[in-house]
Amino acid sequence: MRENIANFDAASIAAIRARHPLAFQAPLSVRLRNQAAWFAFFVLTAYCFWTFDLSPARLWAGSGTLLDVASRMFPPTVGDAFNDYLWALFQTIAMAFLGTVIAAVLAVPLGLLCARNVLPVRIAQFFFRRTSDTLRGIDQVIWALIFVRAVGLGPLAGILAIIISDTGTLAKLYSEAIENAEKKQVDGIRGCGGNPLQTIRFGIIPQVLPVMLSNVLYIFESNTRSATILGIVGAGGIGFYLADRIRTMLWEEASFIMIMILIAVYVIDWISKLIRRRLIGGAAETSGGLH
Amino acid sequence: MTSSSATALDFEAHYRSLGARKRLVTIAYGTLFLIAFGLSAWVGEFDPLKLLRSLPRVHEYAVKTLPTLSLATLWHDLNEWFYAPGKWLSLLWETILIAYTATLLGTLGALALCFHASQNLRRGSVSYWLVRRIFEVARTIPDLVYALIFVFAFGIGPLAGILAIAVHSMGGSGKLFAETVENIDMKPVEGLRATGANWLQIVRFAVLPQVLPNFATFTLWRFEINVRTASVIGFVGAGGIGQELYIAIARLYYEDISALLLLLVITVMLIDFGCEKLRHAMIGKEHH
Repeated sequence: MRENIANFDAASIAAIRARHPLAFQAPLSVRLRNQAAWFAFFVLTAYCFWTFDLSPARLWAGSGTLLDVASRMFPPTVGDAFNDYLWALFQTIAMAFLGTVIAAVLAVPLGLLCARNVLPVRIAQFFFRRTSDTLRGIDQVIWALIFVRAVGLGPLAGILAIIISDTGTLAKLYSEAIENAEKKQVDGIRGCGGNPLQTIRFGIIPQVLPVMLSNVLYIFESNTRSATILGIVGAGGIGFYLADRIRTMLWEEASFIMIMILIAVYVIDWISKLIRRRLIGGAAETSGGLH
Repeated sequence: MTSSSATALDFEAHYRSLGARKRLVTIAYGTLFLIAFGLSAWVGEFDPLKLLRSLPRVHEYAVKTLPTLSLATLWHDLNEWFYAPGKWLSLLWETILIAYTATLLGTLGALALCFHASQNLRRGSVSYWLVRRIFEVARTIPDLVYALIFVFAFGIGPLAGILAIAVHSMGGSGKLFAETVENIDMKPVEGLRATGANWLQIVRFAVLPQVLPNFATFTLWRFEINVRTASVIGFVGAGGIGQELYIAIARLYYEDISALLLLLVITVMLIDFGCEKLRHAMIGKEHH
């Protein structure tokens, strides 16, 4: 007969508790560690709030101005530069597209060299991984500012910034996909006497291509968002106008540009979703879209 | 002619027509891609010749940022290169704290709103629609634009940067959180609903235990991204190491650029490494 839980009295529960203490409570060491973690979390958070002066009074004072700004943003007006805005918006999308395509190609060799199962040389792998980490670790806007200084103002600097930082990102994503590839096909090609290049071409690439394409599409979506700010540092695109309108406090025009960006990003996401479904058949619908 | 060879012929013809169709589709998409590429090159003023001509300049620039280090006076040279370690390290620390605070605030915002934005737990079509739009606007407007606006409203300093990154994170994480909530197992929800639990209790006891590991992973990931972002919000005066970097790049203090970037890359790598360890410690038991 199964005992009914309602039949337990306090004494028998106490007896069970004494027999199986760990079923009721984590061991002391775990409890202490958790409490220490919570304590550290609260201390750090309190320190941050104190050092950054995140006080209600300051937030209140700022939100007054913010509300004022928000009210000045309506109604969004275009001013007399609609054609310039539209051209700059297309330029932003073009920069994102070119940068993504070129980075997608450049990242293939780097991604292969970063993968453990393609290049089993520890030192070389360390070198290539740190290279891609460096490209990726520096924000796109920093690259853009550097390229503006090196090659001059304009979209070329933005495209180069996108290429550089996304080659790093895509190389990492590619190498992860390659490392997760099934080993059997690789062994098969090798067993037939295939050379290393043929092994990559016929053993690995067919497996990882859908994942790679899905990653590229995701990066393209993310780039259409991030490319809108490259103009702030003079690297081409709509960001220049947006930053300028905000700095000169032309809020109605700033909000108009923001709405244009929203629509453009919405359309790009929609197209990208269509392509993804078409190319990959929904199979490799990897989660992404942190931006 | 036997029927089997007729079938074989049919098969051959069908195979060939399928092949021809596939080729046509490939050509069509290839052409579309080339047109898009050409258009982008035109609109983006992408000139391969200009690119080739500018490559030597990029190289020259990169060489200039490298410090002169000689083995004989290595210590002295390093000191010269990193001439303000205290200031830079404290700015880096501030950058990390900005990212931390912003991630915390953004995640709390996303956590509070995401259940309203998921199809299976929504409380009404108005709040569902509204929260979805809030998330979209929050993540589509770039953080630097928020930073520009908040610098105007809250004054120059880290507070503007924190709020800017927090708003952007809320949008990004909120979308991912809502998607995670939409993929949960609904049985515990039905079970709790049958016991008469209210909406908050359902969220707390049926949904949260299922999604918390994923939320934690996303949040760590978000923190890694926010550290990178926090390094540039200083470009518009919103705190962190960005301002120092902006001055170095804009005024062509070449050796400072490499020193600051090196520090930044090392910091980002350490943080990525630490988050990776934390992630494994948190979810490793279940997934490995």
